[in-house]
Amino acid sequence: MDTRQKLVCRLRVNGDVRECATTPHTTLLEALRYGLALTGSKQGCDKGDCGACTVLVDGDPVLACITLALACESRDVRTVEGMADGARAHPLQDAFDVTGGAQCGFCTPGMLMSAWALLERNRNPTRDEIAHALSGNLCRCTGYTKILDAVELAARDLRERDGGSRPS
Amino acid sequence: MSKPRAPRAAGARPKPATGPARAGMTIPEGRQMPDASRLTPPAHEAGRTGPPNGDAFHTIGKRNRKVEGLAKVTGRAVFADDLTLPRMLHAKLLRSIHAHARILAIDASQALAMPGVHAVVTGRDLPEYFGIIPWTQDEQALCESKARYVGDAIAAVAADSELIAEEALRLIKVSYEVLPAITSIEEALAHPENQVNEKASEGNLSKHVHLEFGPVDELLEASDEVVEAEYWYEGSTHAPIEPHCCVAEYDATGFLTVWSSTQVVHYLHRDLAKVLGLPTQRIRVIQPVVGGAFGGKSEPFSLEFCAAKLSMLTGRPVKILYTREEVFYAHRGRHPMLLHYRTGIRRDGSLTGTDARIAIDGGAYSSFGLVTTYYSGQLLTAPYAMPAYRFDSTRVFTNKPCCGPKRGHGSVQPRFAFECQLDKLAERIGMDPIAVRRKNFIGENTRTVNGLRVTSNGFLECLDAVERASDWKRRWRNLPYGRGLGVAGSMYISGTNYCIYPNEMPQSAVQLKLDRSGRATVFCGISDIGQGADSVLAYIVCEELGLDLRDVRVVAADTDLTPVDLGSYSSRETFMCGNACLDAARQLREQIASTLAERWGVPKGELVLANGMAVAASDPHKYAMTVKDAIQAAEAAHGTLGSVGWYQSPKLGGDYRGGTIGASPAYSFTAHVAEVDCDPETGEVTVKKIWVAHDCGRALSPVAVEGQMEGSAYMGFGEALFETHTFKPATAAHGPGIHHGPSLLDYRMPTSLDTPELESIIIESVDPEGPYGAKEAGEGPLHPSVPAIANAIHDALGVRCDRLPFSPPAVLALLQGSDARGAWERARLGHAGAGARG
Repeated sequence: MDTRQKLVCRLRVNGDVRECATTPHTTLLEALRYGLALTGSKQGCDKGDCGACTVLVDGDPVLACITLALACESRDVRTVEGMADGARAHPLQDAFDVTGGAQCGFCTPGMLMSAWALLERNRNPTRDEIAHALSGNLCRCTGYTKILDAVELAARDLRERDGGSRPS
Repeated sequence: MSKPRAPRAAGARPKPATGPARAGMTIPEGRQMPDASRLTPPAHEAGRTGPPNGDAFHTIGKRNRKVEGLAKVTGRAVFADDLTLPRMLHAKLLRSIHAHARILAIDASQALAMPGVHAVVTGRDLPEYFGIIPWTQDEQALCESKARYVGDAIAAVAADSELIAEEALRLIKVSYEVLPAITSIEEALAHPENQVNEKASEGNLSKHVHLEFGPVDELLEASDEVVEAEYWYEGSTHAPIEPHCCVAEYDATGFLTVWSSTQVVHYLHRDLAKVLGLPTQRIRVIQPVVGGAFGGKSEPFSLEFCAAKLSMLTGRPVKILYTREEVFYAHRGRHPMLLHYRTGIRRDGSLTGTDARIAIDGGAYSSFGLVTTYYSGQLLTAPYAMPAYRFDSTRVFTNKPCCGPKRGHGSVQPRFAFECQLDKLAERIGMDPIAVRRKNFIGENTRTVNGLRVTSNGFLECLDAVERASDWKRRWRNLPYGRGLGVAGSMYISGTNYCIYPNEMPQSAVQLKLDRSGRATVFCGISDIGQGADSVLAYIVCEELGLDLRDVRVVAADTDLTPVDLGSYSSRETFMCGNACLDAARQLREQIASTLAERWGVPKGELVLANGMAVAASDPHKYAMTVKDAIQAAEAAHGTLGSVGWYQSPKLGGDYRGGTIGASPAYSFTAHVAEVDCDPETGEVTVKKIWVAHDCGRALSPVAVEGQMEGSAYMGFGEALFETHTFKPATAAHGPGIHHGPSLLDYRMPTSLDTPELESIIIESVDPEGPYGAKEAGEGPLHPSVPAIANAIHDALGVRCDRLPFSPPAVLALLQGSDARGAWERARLGHAGAGARG
C-alpha cells in the first residue's frame, strides 16, 4: 500500500459533515487541525501521553493523536469548537473561565472534553470521580485544584438547568 | 481654530530625585522609580498602594475573569502551532546521537536532492555565538564543530511537510569522532582535560562564586548545636504541555517576522539580530498565546534561528514544532545540586552561622548559569536573620542537556537543604520547628546579611496561617507512626533589579491609548504565559479609569507594536509592568480629573471613576456623567489622549562583586505545612494535603494568585516525589548520556489522582513600592513544598530524606538502613520533654 496515497476522509464533526484528504496513517488530530482547521484540539506529545488532543468520538473521550482519522468515518466527533451553544459558552467552558481552571489554556480543550463526557454520564460526580475522569489529561499550571472546582461548578449549573425538565 | 492643549512634555511633570547610580552606568534623571510624586498625581492621596476611588477597590482584588479566558476555553486562542501561512514549509532538526563528539563532516547532498526538500542548514550557516547572559555566550544555533549532549542540534531541513523533512534527516550523513563524555559533577571536576565547553575559562568550570558575610567559623564554634549534612537535589524539567514552536517569515523587503512560543520576546529579538546578522529594526518578534513555560521558554532556542535562516534561504515561511522528545533536550530545567551545609544554633533557638558548599551540574552550556550560581547562595538570606553566612558554589559543564531557570530559579535546591537543616536543628534543641522559624524572623524594612533590602514581609502571618489551618499544635508529633506533618518557609524575588544586559533604559513600559469610543488599549511588551499577566494590566486600567473589563484590550509582546518589557522571568511582570501601567493610567486619570474638576468647579481629589461613571464624591447626583462622556470631555480639553508609563527599579543590593544579583525591589514570603501518610512496608509516601500561605503583597487578582500558589505547590510536590530528568550510563548497546525517558509517560509528572489537596491562604502585606502594594506569586510558593514534605516524612517515619526524589525504594532504603522507629520515638520524647521544660 502506498502510504502517501491520499484518500478522502468523511468525518462528522460537531454535527457538520466535513471532508479532507488523508493518508492511511493520518491521525484524527492531524485531520482536525491541519485538514479541517479545527485547531482547538492540541498536540502536546503526539503519542497519547498528555491528553491535550482529547476529543469525543460517539460520546467517549478519545486521544485523537493516536486514533486514525479514517477509523472515525461515519462516527460522531465532537471537539472544543462544538461545545458552545452558538456564541454562548457551555457551562463547563464558563466554569473553567470563572474559577481559573484555565491558566495557559493548552490542556484546557482536552480537559473540557474529558469533563464533558463525564457530565454527560453523571451530572453529580464526586470530586474523586472527577479526578478519575480527568486523570488522563495532564495539566502543568493549575495543580488541578481549580480544574476540579470548575467541573463541580459546571455540574451544579447543569443540574440546575436540568431541574425544570428532568427529575433528579 | 486650535484647541488649548495642556502641557504634556515630560519636563512638565515633577522631576523625581535621582538615586546613586550603579558603578559604570548612570541612570538619567527621571528614570528612577521610587518617587511617589511622579506616580501619584496630586489629584488624589491614595499613593501607589491605595484605591484611587474612595475607600475601596472596584476591580483590584475581585475574582475577575481573565481577558483571554473565554478565547482559551472555546478553543479560539491561537498558539504558535495553530498558525499556518500561505506557502509555509515545515522544518525538522537533526540531533546528535552521541553525548560528546567532534563533527568531522556533514554530507547533506542526498537530503537536498530529495523531492519536497527546499533547504538544509548546518552550523556553518549560523556560526555566530549567542546566549542569554552577554558574558557567557557559548551556544550556536547548530553545533559547528562538536556535539555536547545527546540531542544537541546539528542540522535543519525545510520541506513541504514534516514527514518529508523527517525522512530527509535520515539521509544526512554526519561523520563523528566520539569523545569521552562527562556525565557527572565528579567527572567534570576530575577531568578538566576532557573539556565539554571550549568557552569555559578553565576545565569544565562554568562559574564559581565564593561569598562570605560575617564571622561564620567563630559563630559556628560558639553554637550550642551544629548540624552538618549533605543533600542531593535531582534535576527536573518544566514540561509545559505546549511544545516549543515557531513560525518565521522573511519577506521580499528584507523584513523578518518570528512568531514564537517564547516568554522573553525582547531577548529573542536581540539574539535573532545577532545570529542572523540583521538589524533589530528589520525584525519583528510576536508571542502568540503560550501554552506554559515555567522558565523553560526564557531563552532563544535552535528552532527560532533555524526557522528564520531557512525562511531567508527559501523566501517562504517556515514552521518548526519540537516533538515532545526535543522539548526534553531543549530543557533549561532545574539544576541537579549537591549541597553541603553546616548550620549552628543556640539553645534559645537563634541561628548562628551557616556554611554552604554547593556543586551544580549545569549541562553542556551556560544558559543563565552565572545567575544560577549566585542565586544558589544569595537568595537564602531571608526570611530568617542569618548573623553569618558563607557560600561556595561551583557550576560545571557536563555532556547533558543544558540546565537553566525553572520556576524558583537557583534557590529551590538550597531552600530544600536549609529548611531540612532547620528542622534538624529544632529537633536537637527540642523546639517546635515553627517556633524556631518565628524566633529567627528577619522582620520588615531591614537588610539581609548579604545586603538585600527587605521592605514588606508577611512571613510571620504565613506561619500563623499554616499552623492554624493544619491544626499543627495538636497534631505535629502526635500522629500515629506513618503519618506526619512538616513545615518550611521561603522567600523569592519580585523581579531582578537589573536587565540582563546593562543599559540605561526602562525595564518595563506601557503605552496607553484612550479615545472617544470609551475603549482603552494597553500596549506592553509583557509576556503572558498563563499566569494572567495581560489581565493584571487590564485590571489596573479599569481600577484607575472606571472602565468595564470588556472595554480594555491588551496588546502584548509584539516588538513592532509594544514598548519593551524584559519578559516573563524572575516573577517580574506584576511588579514592574504593573507599576508602568499604573503610571500610564494615572496620567490619563489626571487629565480626566482636571477636565471635570474645572467643568464642575470641584477639587480634583473628589473625582471618582468607577463602574462606568464619573462622579464628584461631594455630590454624586449633581455631578455625574458616564466615563465615556468624561473621556470625550478630556479629549476635547487635552487633545488626543495617550500616555506612556515606565518602570525602572532603584539601585539595590550589596556593595560587592555580585551584590546586585538577588537584589529585588520586593520579596514575597511563603510557608507550607505538608501532611503525609507513609507506608512503612513499601516506603511509599502519599502527600495528603499541603497548606500554602503566601505573602504576595496585595493580591490584584486572588484567582490568579491562588492559581500560582496551587500550581507552584503542585510542581514542588512533583519534584519531591516523582520527577527526575536523568540519564543512562553507557551499556554494550549504547553510549552514555541517553535520557531515561523523554516522554510524558516516562517523565512522571503528577496527574489529577496523584496531586494532594492544596489549600491556598493569601497573606497581603501591601508593599510600599508594588503596584497597589503587590508582589510576586508565581515562583515563591514552590520553594517550601519539597522541604515541608521531607520534614513531614521525618515526623511520620523518623527518617531524614536528604536526597530527591522521595521514591518508595529510596524511603524503604532509609527505613531499612536505620533505627527509624527508635528515631521516631525519640523525636516524640524530645518534643514532650521540650514541652515540659517550656
